[in-house]
Amino acid sequence: MHDMTAPQGGHALNRKELAADERREKRQILGLSLPAAAIILVLLVIPVGWLFALSFVSNGEIGLANYTRMIEYSAYLSIFSTTILISLFVTLLCIVLGYPVAYLLGQMPPRLATIGLAFVIIPFWTSILVRTYAWLVILQRQGIVNDALIGIGLIDEPLRLAHNLTGTVIGMTHVMLPFLVLPLYATVRNIDGDLMRAANNMGASPARAFRDVFLPLSMPGLIAGSLLVFILCLGFYVTPQILGGGRVIMVSMKIQQNVQTYFDWGAGSALGVVLLLIVFAIFYLVHRLAGLDRIFAR
Amino acid sequence: MACSITIRDVRKTYGQFVALDSVALDIAPGEFLTLLGPSGSGKTTLLMILAGFIRPEAGSITVDSDEILRKPPHLRNIGMVFQNYALFPHMSVGENVGYPLKLRKVGAAERYERAREALKLVQLDHLMDRRINQLSGGQRQRVALARAIVFEPQILLMDEPLSALDKKLREQMQIELKHLHDRLGMTTVYVTHDQREALTMSDRVAVMNHGHILQVAPPREIYERPCDRFVADFVGESNFLPVEMRGDAATFGGAPLQLAEGQSAGSGNKALLVRPEKLDILGATPAPEHNPIDGTVEELVYQGETMLIYVTLTSGETIALRRGTRQQALSEMPRVGEPIRLGLHRDDTVLIDEAAHA
Amino acid sequence: MSVGPLPIAPYRRLWLYGVVAGVLFFLVAPIFIVIPISFSDSEFLEFPPRGFSLRWYAAYFNDPQWMAATRVSFIAAALTVLFATPLGTAAAYAIHRAQSRWVRSLHVLMLLPQMVPLILIGIGLFYVYIQLGLVNSMLGIVLAHTLLATPFVVVTVLAGLQSFDMTQEKVARSLGASWPVAFFTVTLPQIRLSMVSGAFFAFTTSLDEVVIGLFIAGGDNTVLTRRMFLSLRDQIEPTIAAISSLLIVITLAALIAVALFARKAD
Repeated sequence: MHDMTAPQGGHALNRKELAADERREKRQILGLSLPAAAIILVLLVIPVGWLFALSFVSNGEIGLANYTRMIEYSAYLSIFSTTILISLFVTLLCIVLGYPVAYLLGQMPPRLATIGLAFVIIPFWTSILVRTYAWLVILQRQGIVNDALIGIGLIDEPLRLAHNLTGTVIGMTHVMLPFLVLPLYATVRNIDGDLMRAANNMGASPARAFRDVFLPLSMPGLIAGSLLVFILCLGFYVTPQILGGGRVIMVSMKIQQNVQTYFDWGAGSALGVVLLLIVFAIFYLVHRLAGLDRIFAR
Repeated sequence: MACSITIRDVRKTYGQFVALDSVALDIAPGEFLTLLGPSGSGKTTLLMILAGFIRPEAGSITVDSDEILRKPPHLRNIGMVFQNYALFPHMSVGENVGYPLKLRKVGAAERYERAREALKLVQLDHLMDRRINQLSGGQRQRVALARAIVFEPQILLMDEPLSALDKKLREQMQIELKHLHDRLGMTTVYVTHDQREALTMSDRVAVMNHGHILQVAPPREIYERPCDRFVADFVGESNFLPVEMRGDAATFGGAPLQLAEGQSAGSGNKALLVRPEKLDILGATPAPEHNPIDGTVEELVYQGETMLIYVTLTSGETIALRRGTRQQALSEMPRVGEPIRLGLHRDDTVLIDEAAHA
Repeated sequence: MSVGPLPIAPYRRLWLYGVVAGVLFFLVAPIFIVIPISFSDSEFLEFPPRGFSLRWYAAYFNDPQWMAATRVSFIAAALTVLFATPLGTAAAYAIHRAQSRWVRSLHVLMLLPQMVPLILIGIGLFYVYIQLGLVNSMLGIVLAHTLLATPFVVVTVLAGLQSFDMTQEKVARSLGASWPVAFFTVTLPQIRLSMVSGAFFAFTTSLDEVVIGLFIAGGDNTVLTRRMFLSLRDQIEPTIAAISSLLIVITLAALIAVALFARKAD
């Protein structure tokens, strides 16, 4: 089958057939992802697209009313600022608590490091609800913490630890910590120890070597981990709902309330769209700074 | 059962990069043909196209006049040995070798027998129950080979199968592979970047560079009569000396050159190819059949079986020659700084076109 | 790979060991406080509990509503594993093998369910399920959980494929296997560890899911976590501690099973 019109003259044996074979094989391979892609498209992309459209509908009219309300009403502004401040604070706490763990485990012999990691992975895979419940038990008025503090005579009256901001932050930090430690550990584990020894050899004190060598090299993992924590905090629902006792309102709680209590899809969707835009902006940032792979590598 | 392979106009590009530029090649039934070239020359691409793992943009490959280019790999009946052997770690040695037979619905008893026979060919029939990770590199290589021939494919392809082995084992395996080929007589296409390996094993060698086949010839011809400077340079060690052309006669450094039969000077820029082992050291005795080359000894490098002598010629070039290291030769070895007269026998003269190919 | 000890005297890092021990304790302590409390004989959530009893386990196992919710959750989790594992594996294989300009977009699409805030997925699904009549149906729950779990399978299987030598699949094909046969006889047996981990992730993801369940998993198909969540808002009774302890034990057992499987596969 010679193709007489082929642009390359006679040097195009089987060109069309081979190109068709190539396309068919590509389609076959890509086709394997079709069921998964279809589920994500139908159950995620299209619904979220619908919500996006709904966010421009308020009281049966098309417009930006749902968005202008967010700026005009201080209640909405304070929900956003609460959400962002809590998320920032929890992220900071996770860095402070998580960095030493990843740092030390990263230098341990593999067997010991595995045991240490188990302490991070077990809570990671334990239901968030179970963990939140545990903190409710621990932090309540007659809980262990209050009992202990009264027992050693530090306080006379039990402190309010649950059903408020304190409880929320403690619970959220506990839930989020593994999300920071795991990617950070993966990065730290691959830092060549000889680099630190070399810095030492050249006269840097351990603290100096840490600052000049280790810290910069661990940055990609730290950035990936902390931005992931921040993003997850922004959309957090379960823990603030239970441990906040109604005193802490975050964006996701307001969205749920708008939709399930007031059936105001427009308002809920608009909040969701803003939340999603922030989250995607941060994901884009992580992608540029550290690479998305780090986040999802578990 | 050996069959011929006809490759025509096979072209493969990756974006701007031309991996194969309209390659054509005929391989005779039962032939051991080696594709030799540097990395990026297209030799592995061509092999993968033969095996069916890379689809070219255009071309035709027929096996005994049967077009195979559009057949998927598993219908081509081609055995292949990969560079890293790619043995299946979740199967034993016997299961690895029996795998192609299992795919062909051969019964368990016959499968066992044929797998054992194939392993016997590579002297590993005593290791049938071993796990892959218990084998040495050389043993893995043999298992991979047994697996590739057990189903009696019409063609055997090998992609640098010996490159992971150490030198001694590699040289031993070269001979073994050659003997095996002589026994089985399968048409074999072998890829390597090691010119010595290519010369040792092949019936013919195809030297490739930049997606082209430059020369296809038996090893001796490739080495003794390379078609251009790239082939001469890539295969073996070589010195190139500029040659001035005066009509039908050639001169080097003002002196006329005696040429071998068939090496007419012709036109265009030419270079004289001088292999280090072809040079003699001329003493005081006249040698009428040698072309004399004068220079000064620059450096001596002792390399065990030979001594490498660098000589700076009066015309300015530096060339190398090799001498054996028998005691008598060593005692007659020239010293650094001494003048020396080298001789190239006229039968050993090879003129190379200087048209830059590489 | 190991960084190894740095030239710092151990006593100078005592503070570091102290801090890390404290953080690790903080991480696991809540889990190991819930378990003793679940065996308490008191209405109050005392720690350490004064008396031992199984009354909260009895309360859980004798309550038809808790039992129904548990059944729904486990059926949903099992079905999610059944859906998400092959779907995620196939998608990971496509991403790994395809040399197409669509691969990057496809990869991002697969990760999307982990990037979009759960609450948004929840109301989005709620909206769609209302139109489709899937609210509070088992099919709806399983589809939603499959949506959440598939990315875990994709990520773990993709990691498995990346450490798998694809020339083995090529060699199998040259030996006479069509590529589905090559995949099932050569590739699959060697990536099964990642598939098992992916299946485990899918299972726990489904079992532990709360937020989306609040929207779409009520009525006859109330999932366990939804019932727990709603009762936590009202009162905190030790029955939840008993359920929590069971969930912890199940998760731990599954984690250990996966770890043992990994050791065996080595």
